[in-house]
Amino acid sequence: MFESKSGILLVAGIGFFGLAFLSNALVPAMMYRHLPEKTVKELVNGNLRYQFEDLAQRYPDAFKAAYGEPPEDPTKAELWYNEKCAESLTIGRKIYTGEGCWHCHSQFVRPVSNEDRRWGPVSKTWEYQNELQRPVMFGTRRVGPDLSREGGRRSSDWQAVHLFKPVTLSPGSPMPEYPWLFDGAPDKPNKRGLALLTYLQWLGSWHETYPYYEDYEASKILPTPKGEEGPAAEEPAAEAPAAVETPAPAAEAKPEPAANSDAPKNE
Amino acid sequence: MSTPATAESPRQENLVDERLVFWYFVAALTYMLISMLGGILMGLQLLRWNPLPISEYLSPGRWRMVHTNAIAYGFLANGFLGMMHWVVPRLSLRPVLDKRLSLFIFAAWQVVVLSTAVGLLLGEAQGLEWGETPVWIDPLAQAGLLLVAINFGYPIIKVKGPMYVTLWYFLAALVWTFLTYAMGNFVPQYAVTGTAAGAVGGLFIHDLVGLFVTPMGWGMMYYFVPILLKRPMWSHGLSLVGFWGLAFFYPLQGIHHFLYTPIPMFLQYGAVLSTIALEFVVLTVIINFVGSLKGTGMLCLSNLPLRYFYTGITFYFLTCLQCALQTTMTFQALIHFTDWVVGHAHMVMFGVFSMWILGMMTYLVPRLLKTDWYSEEWCYWHYWISAGGLMLMAGDLILGGLFQGWSWAALQPWDKSITVSHPFWAVRIVAGVLMFLAQVLLSYNLYKTWQKSPLRLGDETLTNVVPATT
Repeated sequence: MFESKSGILLVAGIGFFGLAFLSNALVPAMMYRHLPEKTVKELVNGNLRYQFEDLAQRYPDAFKAAYGEPPEDPTKAELWYNEKCAESLTIGRKIYTGEGCWHCHSQFVRPVSNEDRRWGPVSKTWEYQNELQRPVMFGTRRVGPDLSREGGRRSSDWQAVHLFKPVTLSPGSPMPEYPWLFDGAPDKPNKRGLALLTYLQWLGSWHETYPYYEDYEASKILPTPKGEEGPAAEEPAAEAPAAVETPAPAAEAKPEPAANSDAPKNE
Repeated sequence: MSTPATAESPRQENLVDERLVFWYFVAALTYMLISMLGGILMGLQLLRWNPLPISEYLSPGRWRMVHTNAIAYGFLANGFLGMMHWVVPRLSLRPVLDKRLSLFIFAAWQVVVLSTAVGLLLGEAQGLEWGETPVWIDPLAQAGLLLVAINFGYPIIKVKGPMYVTLWYFLAALVWTFLTYAMGNFVPQYAVTGTAAGAVGGLFIHDLVGLFVTPMGWGMMYYFVPILLKRPMWSHGLSLVGFWGLAFFYPLQGIHHFLYTPIPMFLQYGAVLSTIALEFVVLTVIINFVGSLKGTGMLCLSNLPLRYFYTGITFYFLTCLQCALQTTMTFQALIHFTDWVVGHAHMVMFGVFSMWILGMMTYLVPRLLKTDWYSEEWCYWHYWISAGGLMLMAGDLILGGLFQGWSWAALQPWDKSITVSHPFWAVRIVAGVLMFLAQVLLSYNLYKTWQKSPLRLGDETLTNVVPATT
């Protein structure tokens, strides 16, 4: 067997490979079969809807160009927003993959190395049981921070400026610039830009502790917001002040999707 | 076990399409240069300098994917395919199934690699590391791998009697590569999701190294090293242990790429254990190759191709030792997500397998072109700059990774970990540019050699009468 063609072909080639696939791939798949895979539509939650409609208000022209106008009827508008939000998420995930964001940003919090203090709750399997994790975006390298709890942590304005020119907000950041997600200025995201913003705001929006702020850093930053204003003042006019003052929709009460249908007052 | 050299039997010019071997090498080197340019672009971005902020198609993030994919499917695959066209007919005493099919595969594979690169630059990547190949190319690549398996599988299957070690590796690798590609590119995209997809993704990254690149590489070593040493391998028993140990333990390790994820812990421990087990198997292979040197150790210094091979073998020992340590949960807590892993990957892919392929090219090009290298001295320069650059890069990144890991664990503000990394990234770009220049030198040397080749000066006929010296 050890030197015969059939041994090498069938035992080593197919047999051992099959054994490994069975034990290392099928076993976890079977173990998690009770966790149904969510569709993109099912991923649209109240937190995300709030952020999505926030995009519609912050960038009305860009939003209209990308998605058109919501129907007048509140019930229809409600469905319309859900649909567009799901569409935006799908495109956003495609851009996140295509631009290689996931090669420098991970999407999982490990139970070691003080990661739960920095990023938030340790990642669980159910968080990944959805269509947008095909293939899963665990990531491979952390040049930049983990993003699995990024949603809601910073305003969409912050994210937009950061994507447009990262060093304006993170001096010394090695992150590339993504001007092609915008029409010339950070307050003019195009369809791709809006989609990526939606995707970023989605990350972690399913979590109880959303939005999760670094607790260890908050105590350090709070006493010195005045001193920090300096570099931030160079930001374009459309930019909201600082991360700490992010409009935190879930801070007091989680907005019901229905309660938001009156939010888009574009005109 | 007999030596792989074929005595009388069929004439080699009827067996091997040497022109095709040469084409594969040219293609491989071209992709190597393209890939390294991508690496340099990303390396410069980390130093906060993007020299080409002109267009989204030159985005460092996209070129980073071209970097890894061009090495895997452009350089390594082309290099190995060229090598197999040289080796398999010699060991099986039969030509490949069909020479026209060979030509078609060559052309088709270049289309696959090029369209992968174009797809990546257009932002069409699939979210799977090392399998970023856009989903619409995957079926093509899969069909190509099937054709490769048929074309080379045929002469191997036809071998009468016992097969030489190299053919064990090749036969298994033809099956494994096909299965690995299918598993990685289709299962996590269409069949499973989330954590289980992560497990499959881990298997894919790992098997691409372990079941495609590694068996091809070792098969190559088992062929060329005894020929250059003019003696058989030291121990046939150890060859057997090496092959079967790899076949059993290698596929079981994929999950060690995702330790501390929500993948069930017992599977994570299983992957860790089989990784450590494989280290012992690797040791037997290393012992076999070092044992083969017995009494002629100086040859691996004086003979240039052998020097590449044994440098690679040394790096292989180092990476596998590193593997056995870094795969433990203790190490992982610190070094996962850091540049340590990047350093490790470069040591394996460049220090081992690229060095082997480059050494094999150094050996074969004069035989393919029927003339000596244009400049032997440049070959030596190429060796030293490649090996030195790699040592600098791997050492630098591995060390830098530790600093990053500690800075994160100490809950330093994130930008501190960037500041800490800067000196290491600066050294890395120096090493990267050096390695790039070495490949440019080799390519230029190859071009000048081709210019003085009798094949070019005379008529470029396929059936050349000058017998190769192996």
